[in-house]
Amino acid sequence: MSLLLSLRRKDGLAKEVAALSEQNLYACYQCGKCTAGCPVASIMDDPPHQIVRFLQLGQTDKALKSDTPWACVGCLTCAGFCPKGVDLARIMEALRTVRLRRLDAPFRYTQEDGEWLSNLPQSAVVAAMRKVTW
Amino acid sequence: MFQEEKITASKEAEAPLGETARIYIMGKSYDVPGGLTILKAMEYAGYRLVRGVGCRGGFCGACATVYRKAGDFRIYVGLACQTGIEEGMYLTQIPFYPAPKPVYDLQGLSPDVGALLRFFPEIVRCMQCNTCTKVCPQGLEVMNYIAAAQQGDLKRVAELSFDCISCGLCVSRCPAEIAHYHIGLLARRLFGAHATLKAVHLKERLEEIEKGRFEEELEALCRADRQTLERLYTERVIEPEG
Amino acid sequence: MVIQPAAVRSRGGDEEGNVVEKEKKLLGYYPGCELRSRARALDISARRACQSLGITLKELKDWTCCGGLVAQVNDNYMALLAPARVLLGAHAQGFKELVTLCAFCFNTLRRAAFFLERHPEARRKVATFLEVETLPQVRVLHLLEALRDSAGFDRIRESVRRPLKGLRVAPYYGCLLLRPAQEIGLDDPEEPTLMEGLLGALGCDVVDFRSRTDCCGSYHIVTNQGAAAQCAQVILHSAADAKADFLVASCPVCQFNLDWSQTGSGNTGMPVVYFPQLLAFALGEPAEALGFDGKGAAALNLSAYAAKEEALRESS
Repeated sequence: MSLLLSLRRKDGLAKEVAALSEQNLYACYQCGKCTAGCPVASIMDDPPHQIVRFLQLGQTDKALKSDTPWACVGCLTCAGFCPKGVDLARIMEALRTVRLRRLDAPFRYTQEDGEWLSNLPQSAVVAAMRKVTW
Repeated sequence: MFQEEKITASKEAEAPLGETARIYIMGKSYDVPGGLTILKAMEYAGYRLVRGVGCRGGFCGACATVYRKAGDFRIYVGLACQTGIEEGMYLTQIPFYPAPKPVYDLQGLSPDVGALLRFFPEIVRCMQCNTCTKVCPQGLEVMNYIAAAQQGDLKRVAELSFDCISCGLCVSRCPAEIAHYHIGLLARRLFGAHATLKAVHLKERLEEIEKGRFEEELEALCRADRQTLERLYTERVIEPEG
Repeated sequence: MVIQPAAVRSRGGDEEGNVVEKEKKLLGYYPGCELRSRARALDISARRACQSLGITLKELKDWTCCGGLVAQVNDNYMALLAPARVLLGAHAQGFKELVTLCAFCFNTLRRAAFFLERHPEARRKVATFLEVETLPQVRVLHLLEALRDSAGFDRIRESVRRPLKGLRVAPYYGCLLLRPAQEIGLDDPEEPTLMEGLLGALGCDVVDFRSRTDCCGSYHIVTNQGAAAQCAQVILHSAADAKADFLVASCPVCQFNLDWSQTGSGNTGMPVVYFPQLLAFALGEPAEALGFDGKGAAALNLSAYAAKEEALRESS
């Protein structure tokens, strides 16, 4: 089979994401139910099912540049809806993890944010620190 | 909670008096007499200490030392003025570790979790790894007082951090980049300023001073000549009789 | 001691007026950082409600933060330290089950326990780092299931002193209480009935609304307030469309997001209360001790209840 037709990527981001998330990226058949249920899909650059598509096709740059993993709230609606049992939330988490480990995140707070942070429920601040900043 | 092994020096391991021990100070080896503290051994080896030394009595936190032993992966800590040297000790001091402190107005803050989060939002990054506790030369429950800070329990932070000498070892090793002793300090200050008993006698004394009760006495002292002052000093009552 | 049927036992006395021991159940309790500070109302009302039902919540000693959401990747062992510590502490203090209230803590602890059970390598590494032989198995429960199993909704119904008749309540679950379904298993993730059962037992008119299990925006309140507001508004409008008097939540972050989104535009004036507050109130606990905010107290119309009770006292 020619390389162009083969969707299986032997190395690279897709493999890393699949290993971290323990998900079979190729089980997704692009039905779009995840995007339909996602509460923040409207503010994402690329909808959730599109991110999986990028990974399947080896379009690493697009997957890494997208702001979708940061817009994700981890509400797990997508994982609940997927007819193939693909846990998209874990895939998003894996993408966030890959980027955080490369010290690439959109939010990097300083003491100046303290004023706003001090009003918020601690759980939210703890979770945000874990998910969207290093 | 369950106890983790506290890494502190043991008296049995110390190099005994009358024997020489080889120690390594920042990678360079020195043969020093046994029975010395780390601080004295460094001075014996020829170091003139102007930083990383202070009260020499285990109280100021200036001489925090980190060391390892041959064949042992663990990190050991101690105060240089209080810890005896051991054969094969591989040490360095941490005279200073960066931990910038924010400026706050104590009276303008309320004693709750919001005040702590406002100046130290990094408290919530704590991962409960307990490295801070393991590395505290005072044996404090550092992780637990950070947990209490997250819960807004200022009294407990004050209680658990009371004996902190701000040596900075916890700060140097924390993966979440927390500056523990500054948080303990703010919590103790908030607790003292807002949430604990006020000293009644202090208030009364301040009122007396403001009313001018001591003015005359102070004026007289200021006007007095050297002889009078010397006489007053040598004849002062040190302890009341009886 | 005379053994009485459960219905009478729960009221603390039998027909002849003999004092009967309330069936006491002791549960290990993990409040979480919020319940000690910002969400004290949730903690206090839950303790009062449980006490009233003969359940003692024994708080863990020296507990630390739960870790605030599991890392959903399989190699972040550091993120497992915090929940593992809590479970170890619970076990060391003699508890095989641990009750939580905050949805974040519940989800984190339950998922961490699930992960550790199924990943022996992670379990080994975490145990080695924490310098223990093994990590014990501790069952993490949510108060809703503890109430259902330890007290029973029927017994709660019989223990109600102030039936909340006419109150239209919208039970809001959010995401962390129910998902991922195979790890949490608290209730059906799309058609849950746990809160409905409890609130129904209190006499409320439970309202069905579309956004029962939608996300409130969660931690986006920290970094992307627009997204959080968008999520919250959907839920608020959904509850308002169903003509609910209250949104009933179980999570301090949900409560905050839903409340905060009402300031400014899109104001629906919807009070967001915690289910233990309504439970404790219905069981007869004094309203002023339960931490209702202004909106909640107004919607509850506390003065009407006070007048009713005053009338009852004067007539007896």
